[in-house]
Amino acid sequence: MEPKKFMNPYLAGFFLGLILLATIYITGRGLGASGSVKSAVISTMQSVAPDHIKNQKFYEEYLTEHQNMPLKNWLVFEVLGVILGAFISGLISNRLKLTLEHSPKIKSGTRIIGALIGGLLFGLGAQFGRGCTSGAALSGMAVLSTGGIITMMAIFGGAYMFAYFFRKLWI
Amino acid sequence: MGPLVPDVIGNELNFIIAIFIGIAFGFILEQAGFSTSKKLVGLFYGYDFTVLRVFFTGGVTAMIGVIILGHFGLLDLSLIYINPTFLWSAIVGGLIMGLGFVIGGFCPGTSITAAAIGKIDAMIFVLGSGIGVFIFAEGYPEFENFYKAGYWGNVRIFETLGMSQGLFAFLLTLIAVSAFWFTTIVENKVNGIPNPEFKPARLYAGLSGLAILIGLSAFVMPDIKDSYLNDIENINYVDNYYIKEMTSDELAFRLIDDDNTLQVIDIRPMEEFKELSLPHSLSFTLKNLFVKDARAILAVKHKKYVFVGEDGVSSKKAAIIADRLGYDNVSYLRGGLTEFKQDIINYKKSSQLNSREAVDTDRFRTQASKVIPVLIEKNKNVVIPVKKTKRVLGGC
Repeated sequence: MEPKKFMNPYLAGFFLGLILLATIYITGRGLGASGSVKSAVISTMQSVAPDHIKNQKFYEEYLTEHQNMPLKNWLVFEVLGVILGAFISGLISNRLKLTLEHSPKIKSGTRIIGALIGGLLFGLGAQFGRGCTSGAALSGMAVLSTGGIITMMAIFGGAYMFAYFFRKLWI
Repeated sequence: MGPLVPDVIGNELNFIIAIFIGIAFGFILEQAGFSTSKKLVGLFYGYDFTVLRVFFTGGVTAMIGVIILGHFGLLDLSLIYINPTFLWSAIVGGLIMGLGFVIGGFCPGTSITAAAIGKIDAMIFVLGSGIGVFIFAEGYPEFENFYKAGYWGNVRIFETLGMSQGLFAFLLTLIAVSAFWFTTIVENKVNGIPNPEFKPARLYAGLSGLAILIGLSAFVMPDIKDSYLNDIENINYVDNYYIKEMTSDELAFRLIDDDNTLQVIDIRPMEEFKELSLPHSLSFTLKNLFVKDARAILAVKHKKYVFVGEDGVSSKKAAIIADRLGYDNVSYLRGGLTEFKQDIINYKKSSQLNSREAVDTDRFRTQASKVIPVLIEKNKNVVIPVKKTKRVLGGC
């Protein structure tokens, strides 16, 4: 069966805005994503290398703030929902497919390396930026936070700056 | 009044809600097409501006929603999480993320969305992001100072730019609508064909007009607190606003009678309250009347609230604020504490008692002038300042 068409972007954006608004009204905070990766990493380190992290400030600060339960965290639960919601959407739109997507002009190996490095940079950058496009940029715009909007402009401005140099990956 | 957490909705329930919010979030992201890197990077190469359309619409919708909820007192903006500004880290982090975006083709949220429907490149991206966090964690001793530099606090963009919230919201809405038209033109040029999705043009022109009007409304909606406080500066407004009056005699009677449906709200400065305050009275500032925590005190059923200030006008002003905020059974002490002191506490027997009424009043006040000061001494108040709930913890 043919995969269904995507939703009109303005409509999707409107719904996204309503979801974000409801989130702020109910919980007082906005949406996020990168924070769950942070929780996962810290939780993993807690299990596999507890001695190593004992005197490392990054882990200590986080664990103290979260009472030694890095996974008992609003964002982790939210992201579990995101996985489920995206899956359901993919299911009803016939878009579920295990596939390594890449531009026909590059090899799949190139795409794998690109995804890995891109992910690494985003994970690193999201720490400095205290959030990613969801947590800092989108939620930041909703509450008009200066920091969030600065990070948003840096993300998109930076991407435009660097886009030319990596065009061969995409077009 | 929002936020509903932690009073109306406990922390455990909040986690469950997080899951449902996440489901909606993931569903919409996937429906919008954010589950494929090809569509996402189209933004940076001009062939697909979906990301800009969804993102900007979402952000502006939520922004205006927050302003409207704040204006109508449905959301306490002083309690919601405002991302803190650490200037240098914000910029550098953003630039690194931008680079990651055009190399990896995803951002964390979209990578999770795409991974959920089977995209292997997205799964690798997620793995990469974990490594990125690990690198930051291990290198933290080197990064920490930079990470915490340039702290501006939880400032909001319009404060930084020196304009009003409404003006900024309106300008941002204008920019968004202009960006939508501009990028659609670019997109059509790059692809060579006009996008059939954005017809009829008249519909979109109409929607643009509507969006601009709504953005304009944010402009004319000042903060509820500023608006109310401004109104009561107008003496005619205060005079013409009906609020039930309570006389000194009635208040004295209720105090002597130990009427426990009575709640005196004292809005004088703290030093004066500490020096002399009426039995069981609570100290509030005008500003504190607006916070979410005030509900616990002012919204108690069957309580009669009497607002007491130095004089009648200040007493009435406070009562007006409470009334406008929707609180019931609001009254103010006529003449304020000044008249109360004169009539009751420091009552001087008058030489002329011409009527039956005057005699009765005199008898009552003489008695009251003895009893009330005792009650005041006995009830030397522990000052109960309104407990300010801490701002919600958020962030990634």
